[in-house]
Amino acid sequence: MKTNNTADTFILLALRLITYAIVLVIGYILFDIIRHGATALNWQFISSFPRRSGAAGGIFPAIVGTFYLVIGTIAVSLPLGIGGAIYLAEYAEQNRFNTLIRLAIVTLAGVPSIVFGLFGLGIFVLFCGFGPSILAGSLTLACMVLPTIIVASEESLRAVPKGFRDASLALGATKWEMIRTNILPYSLSGMITGSILGIGRAAGETAPILLTVAAFYLPRLPKSVFDQVMALPYHLYILATQHPEADRIRHMQYGTALILLLLVLGLSLGAILIRTHFRKKYRW
Amino acid sequence: MSRSRRLFITDKAMRLLLVSAASTSVLVVCLIFLFLFKEAGPFALSPGLGKLLGSQWIPVSFQEEHFGVGPLLSGSALVTALAMLVTVPISVLAAIYIAEIARPAEREVLKPFIEILASIPSVVLGFFGLLVVAPLIKTLFGLNTGLTALTGALLLSLMAIPTIISLSEDALVSVPYALKNASLALGASHLQTIFRVTLPAALPGIVAAVMLGIGRVIGETMAVLMVTGNSAILTASPLASVRTMTATIAAEMGEVPFGSVHYQALFWIGIILLVITFFLNIIAQRVLKKYGMMK
Repeated sequence: MKTNNTADTFILLALRLITYAIVLVIGYILFDIIRHGATALNWQFISSFPRRSGAAGGIFPAIVGTFYLVIGTIAVSLPLGIGGAIYLAEYAEQNRFNTLIRLAIVTLAGVPSIVFGLFGLGIFVLFCGFGPSILAGSLTLACMVLPTIIVASEESLRAVPKGFRDASLALGATKWEMIRTNILPYSLSGMITGSILGIGRAAGETAPILLTVAAFYLPRLPKSVFDQVMALPYHLYILATQHPEADRIRHMQYGTALILLLLVLGLSLGAILIRTHFRKKYRW
Repeated sequence: MSRSRRLFITDKAMRLLLVSAASTSVLVVCLIFLFLFKEAGPFALSPGLGKLLGSQWIPVSFQEEHFGVGPLLSGSALVTALAMLVTVPISVLAAIYIAEIARPAEREVLKPFIEILASIPSVVLGFFGLLVVAPLIKTLFGLNTGLTALTGALLLSLMAIPTIISLSEDALVSVPYALKNASLALGASHLQTIFRVTLPAALPGIVAAVMLGIGRVIGETMAVLMVTGNSAILTASPLASVRTMTATIAAEMGEVPFGSVHYQALFWIGIILLVITFFLNIIAQRVLKKYGMMK
């Protein structure tokens, strides 16, 4: 028995060490980016245009560009995703058509981001004739986050107790009245926060916007949805790998990485906090 | 129009609207296949699909261009295999710790913290790899450059870890209590129960998790583009520079004339990627469904 116990203790310790090693690595990545990035951060860096092709100045247009892309992605994907989720959670019976929809969602979730980029290039940039533009980029990103939004929203809808539905229908409400008055008020916050988590990740993606919207340097801000934009992930990629002075502008790279990280983690953290708040508010 | 009639019409209209929204996913999947094949298509007639089978990728040349995807496929396979070699044991063991051993309060802290890793944009991880991991590999193995398949694999591993931990943990937690209790009642220790009862019972879910992880890793672009060195050569050495399929598309698409043979070849690489991830996904779902582990 004694040897058994010693071995058990050892294995338990090993499992704990492995888990905390992962935590340590994540901590170090965040620490490294924040420590070096913080030295580059100042008001000028955030609010001014790049100078000397990104070697000096700021990253203002890239922040604005990423912001526009996020807004565009939300505008397209949120209604489609939430609508689809309502259908799947409230209407869909088990039949061929609905199995096909679920299969499509699973497939879409597995498509590599660079393939979305090729798709966006083929359909939105070339076929629809939008050219590299905010519109083409947002549509591409929207296709990419659609499955995440549907899955998160469906989960939130299914969390509403069945009694809410029965009570409403028993009083003579139509199905849509029931959904509008008894389901959506309780699930909308969950749907939106779940969706923001997905969209936050899309904001940090480079591969899909590489071919559909991103420009390395633009002298002015975009005027319409048919204009190209600069974007934070693409800016970081070029500064770090393609820039002739890449070795000498580490502070600019770290600064851009930190802003991008703060944006994505900020969106995620905000979404999680809102979700916890509402989980406490509605409890049944 | 009476109120009840108006309600009836709204109800039907909303239903139609919601069905259309749900059908968008099907439409997008069909369009992805359609447009990839549309752009790649002419390559099949001239110079012919056989050209893709070669072992040389030299898309720009004064003499003869070669569009053999061999080195790119082997590059992707090498990086993915190395990444999985690192990721799978670590992730499964960590999932066991989080699901079966950690105290509830500890679990509530560990899970979201590891989730953060999944939120870090791949270009930021690639940047970290370029500045921290690559120099480390360079000094550790005494190489001329730290931009190797191994460097890429380590970064991909970081991206796959949260996915595989989270899905494996789901599988472990979904093992019925009756099984665990029966094992404990027969006198097995906590660890014996974990390794001989819970883990085998959760295995299909873990296998599916690994397959989904592979799909994610094969499709990853930015991190590998930034740290693997991008030489299109056939090699099995972890310390050699390689070029993956994803990196090839990302690096070359910006410079090719639209509609050229090179352009079409890049779309064929996209189709190969799409088909690989599609089947990995389908098989993983089959495994989950067969063992009743579907959520």
